[in-house]
Amino acid sequence: MKKAFKLRKPGLLGSPFKILILNFIAWIVGVLWITPFIGIFMTSIRPFREVVIYGWWAFAPFTFTLKNYIDALFNPMFSLGKGILNSFIIAIPSTLIPVSIAALTAYGFARFSLPVKKYLFATILFLMAVPQQMTIIPIFFLLRNLHLLNTYLGLILIHSSWGIPWITFFLRNYFSLLPVELEEAARVDGATDFQVFRKVVLPLALPGLISASVLQFAWVWNDFFFALMLIFDPNKMVVTQMLPRLKGQYQVDWGLLSSGSVIAMLAPLLIYALFNRYYMRGFRGWAMKR
Amino acid sequence: MSTLKMSPKRITFFIPALILILVFVVYPIVATIFLSFNINPIPGVNIVERPPGLENYVKIVSDKRFINPEGIKTLSFPMGAIVHNIIWIAIHLPLTLIIGILFAVFLQYVKGGSIIRSFIFLGMVIPMIVGGLLIQFSFDKDLGVVNLLLRIFGLGFLAKSWTIYPDTALFSLILGSVWLWSGFTVTMYSAGLSSLPREVIEAAIVDGADFKTILFKIIIPMLKPVTLTVVAMTILWDLKIFDIVYASTQGGPGGASTVLALLMYEYFARLGDYAMSATVATILTIIVIPVVILWIRSIMKGEKE
Repeated sequence: MKKAFKLRKPGLLGSPFKILILNFIAWIVGVLWITPFIGIFMTSIRPFREVVIYGWWAFAPFTFTLKNYIDALFNPMFSLGKGILNSFIIAIPSTLIPVSIAALTAYGFARFSLPVKKYLFATILFLMAVPQQMTIIPIFFLLRNLHLLNTYLGLILIHSSWGIPWITFFLRNYFSLLPVELEEAARVDGATDFQVFRKVVLPLALPGLISASVLQFAWVWNDFFFALMLIFDPNKMVVTQMLPRLKGQYQVDWGLLSSGSVIAMLAPLLIYALFNRYYMRGFRGWAMKR
Repeated sequence: MSTLKMSPKRITFFIPALILILVFVVYPIVATIFLSFNINPIPGVNIVERPPGLENYVKIVSDKRFINPEGIKTLSFPMGAIVHNIIWIAIHLPLTLIIGILFAVFLQYVKGGSIIRSFIFLGMVIPMIVGGLLIQFSFDKDLGVVNLLLRIFGLGFLAKSWTIYPDTALFSLILGSVWLWSGFTVTMYSAGLSSLPREVIEAAIVDGADFKTILFKIIIPMLKPVTLTVVAMTILWDLKIFDIVYASTQGGPGGASTVLALLMYEYFARLGDYAMSATVATILTIIVIPVVILWIRSIMKGEKE
């Protein structure tokens, strides 16, 4: 096992004092970096009037309230509570479907010989990078013709199709690193391709499948564009779609908007925290070759 | 690694993906190209208003929201969506690269560096719609951390809501996007850094090379593959940018911060001109393609090794 590269070498960067200064600056920058998050959270748990007058950074006076959250969750026009529910209804199948389908395809790519494999692979990469804007107009009319516009199913279909290329790419890399001996043994015992795939490959590839699912779920949850174009019924809107609509017409109501922002980012933040290792592995695999 | 021969049964592994991708990704891409030339590719609807030809492309070039010669001449906003996208790349790309390398290298010396790294990464985790709102919030006159800092440093007279003025709206969003996207560059460079062969650098240290030499002559050149990926991904992201702008300024004021993806949306939703909308989308994709090819090539090269 090669040791990971570490630059840390006493003396290379100068005196210990310099390193102390560096530590100090780095932490200041680090804290500044998350200040907007702290600010939006502080604004969300206080009456907006207090925040406007004294600033969210002031602690005297400090009044704690959940009113902003209640207003956002049960908003009469755009209830974020309903939005969260809709986001789950969309994001869960939009994760399970493409991961299952792409796993099959990725296995095929990793193990079977294909006549034009190289070109198919390049096509998948191309589809990973194409802007959503390039597909949405025909999708809109296609779904309208199929009576799937403004339905959960329509949006789920689009998210699933859109997720397949990158998940295929990611899982193919994962599968091709798995040892083939077990698979070969199973084949000698007379297992079919599909049995080998289900009984041998999938269990071995579980970490990879989790990584792909975690990232796909976060991606679908965070998506705004597809939802904006394909869902209009306020009762079916996802949470990212409702959020900008909570902005007042003339004056921005940051009380409502701050609690709404916290609500909308809670799920992806939790996923990032709970599945950190899988998240980061998927994230790097999403952009890099290995 | 052994490869198994193709057989009719094995083709079934590819069928479900193939159907979904052909119907909901490949066909729409081709149809959008046709639509941009005013040829209706969608059965059952009539959404083309002009005769087939290049008319849309001629029209878009003279659309001030796409490119505004007056604004460019006087160096004032709006300059047009495509110019705004180019400005976005010109500012965002170098800044985010520098931040990426500096943090990846220096955080190795910092106690709790991985905590700071995950702070920076948060911008990648949240929905970009929230990202856009956070940018607007941070540049707000009364609530924003930017203006709070200005006041602390005695520059309180500069404090204003930066996103609502034409001169500063686009720049605020770009700086905000640096804040959001740096999680990507820092993570990529940190990963790249930890996979470098340590022998080379240790040898350089033994030879008495100083920090600057090691950074510029060894580390940065060796990170070239990472840089290539990061540059490609960043440019793609800058060109497709939509959520941030939609959430914070809606492209305003007066189009001063509009971008290609937003223009495409305006043609679609506000004007109902689907062919023009498709034209903007096609132009956006054409601009993206060279970067995509570069990126695909680098990955295919890595595959062979």
